[in-house]
Amino acid sequence: MSKVIELCDVSFSYGLIPVLQHIDFSVEQGEFLGIVGPNAGGKSTLLRLILGLIKPQEGTVTVLGKKTSQQRRQIGYVPQYPGFARDFPITVEQAVLLGRLGSGSMFGRYTPTDYAAVQAALLELEAQDLAQRPISALSGGQLQRILLARALVSDPKILILDEPTANIDMRIESDIFDHLRELNKRLTILVVSHDVAFISDYVSRVACLNRTLVCHTTDAIDGNLIQHLYGEPIRRVAHVH
Amino acid sequence: MTEFFNALVSQPFLQMSLLAGLLASLGCGVIGTFVVVKRITFLAGGIAHSVLAGMGAAVYYGFDPLLGALIAAIVSALLIGWIRLNWKTQEDTLIGAIWAMGMAIGLLFISQTPGYTGSLTSYLFGNILLVPEQDVWFMAALDVLLLVIVGLFYRQFLAVIFDEEFARLRGVPVSFFYLLLLCLIAVTVVLLIHVVGLILVIALLTLPAAIAGHYVHSLGGMMLIATLLGSSFTVGGLALSYSPDLPAGPTIILLAGSAYVISAIFSHYRLKRRARQSLSMP
Repeated sequence: MSKVIELCDVSFSYGLIPVLQHIDFSVEQGEFLGIVGPNAGGKSTLLRLILGLIKPQEGTVTVLGKKTSQQRRQIGYVPQYPGFARDFPITVEQAVLLGRLGSGSMFGRYTPTDYAAVQAALLELEAQDLAQRPISALSGGQLQRILLARALVSDPKILILDEPTANIDMRIESDIFDHLRELNKRLTILVVSHDVAFISDYVSRVACLNRTLVCHTTDAIDGNLIQHLYGEPIRRVAHVH
Repeated sequence: MTEFFNALVSQPFLQMSLLAGLLASLGCGVIGTFVVVKRITFLAGGIAHSVLAGMGAAVYYGFDPLLGALIAAIVSALLIGWIRLNWKTQEDTLIGAIWAMGMAIGLLFISQTPGYTGSLTSYLFGNILLVPEQDVWFMAALDVLLLVIVGLFYRQFLAVIFDEEFARLRGVPVSFFYLLLLCLIAVTVVLLIHVVGLILVIALLTLPAAIAGHYVHSLGGMMLIATLLGSSFTVGGLALSYSPDLPAGPTIILLAGSAYVISAIFSHYRLKRRARQSLSMP
């Protein structure tokens, strides 16, 4: 198994407040890793470091063997809150198409391949009938699927989600996670959640993060093996404080 | 009104004014849509007002005021953009300072230029009837520049306006396109100076696009409708002000402002009615 994400002795602080200290952490290819922890425990900061949106004061972050800033195209990201106004005048199709930026020519228009990729992503999430709707007309659950489609449309190798179901109800939450389980067959998935009990039904491993400490198993046990051993798709919950 | 249209046929200067108005409307339709959707009216206001520094300097040193305006607009756009990107905590205070300091510099330059005070009001409130032919060609060139840049990088601008963080993650150079967008706003401000003057620019930049936003839900549609509305306001304001010999700039702005208020009230009640209808449906 190869490591797709690797953090070596990473520390980060906002101003005087240390958010993460001496984090050693890695994600194997094909994993479905849940990150749990208390609020202000540094979960979102960890994601932002992996995404390369912020740089650690100490330590290194490596994605697929290279610096994270060079690997952004390999990562699909679903934020906790959409970074746009809900009344922005744009259709679902146009919003998802923006996920195709960064591949292809910098000038001009989208190619038929881009449109086809959008259709495929929407189809996969059963949202193809929403394509021509303005995003202002979407429900919370529909919007979440569109954000997921936007992350998938660039055909990433890693999918990172920050509290993907914080603002939607339980029924849609399991719906989203069923999609993620399906996607995990081809993607490495990293999901932040506050709901340990819920995600443990889906993830293969849980890492617990509380400001200065990440606890997670480093032994490379295969998910299927544990499923055989325990009869459940959960591998292990490491929880050391 | 009839007098205006008769004069339009016989008077070349009026044709130039009309052309200037239409060229300005194109810029304000396209860039105004970005300003409204991105909600950076205050930034655009800062750019518009600090332009007076460049016009004052141009008058004092004796070069073309419109060129001075363009240079000042670009400088203040880059300065304001840099503040927005790197110094977020005091953004609004700093933009307000640039806004006022730009005007102060311009006023000092003009006060030190003997015999030029008369032109001050036309910079502040526009004088579309006196637009020189060479300025109309300059405006046309600026329009072409705007359309080419927006046409080439429409997707990147959309990405930056829609969701900056996501755009950054997709490898779009967000800071570059943000600064480029502010420079395009600067160019549009210069386009509008002859028509309504730098104080009233902000209204013509945002009102047509804001009205369009009440009715259409795509950026392209907003740009098209805002351009058409901007053209109607400039032509209408010009026609209304011609016979009674009113200043055209304020007339255009009042026309646009009234249309905006009416449209805002109308779309508010339309939304309420639709909400009621959706509840009464079986």
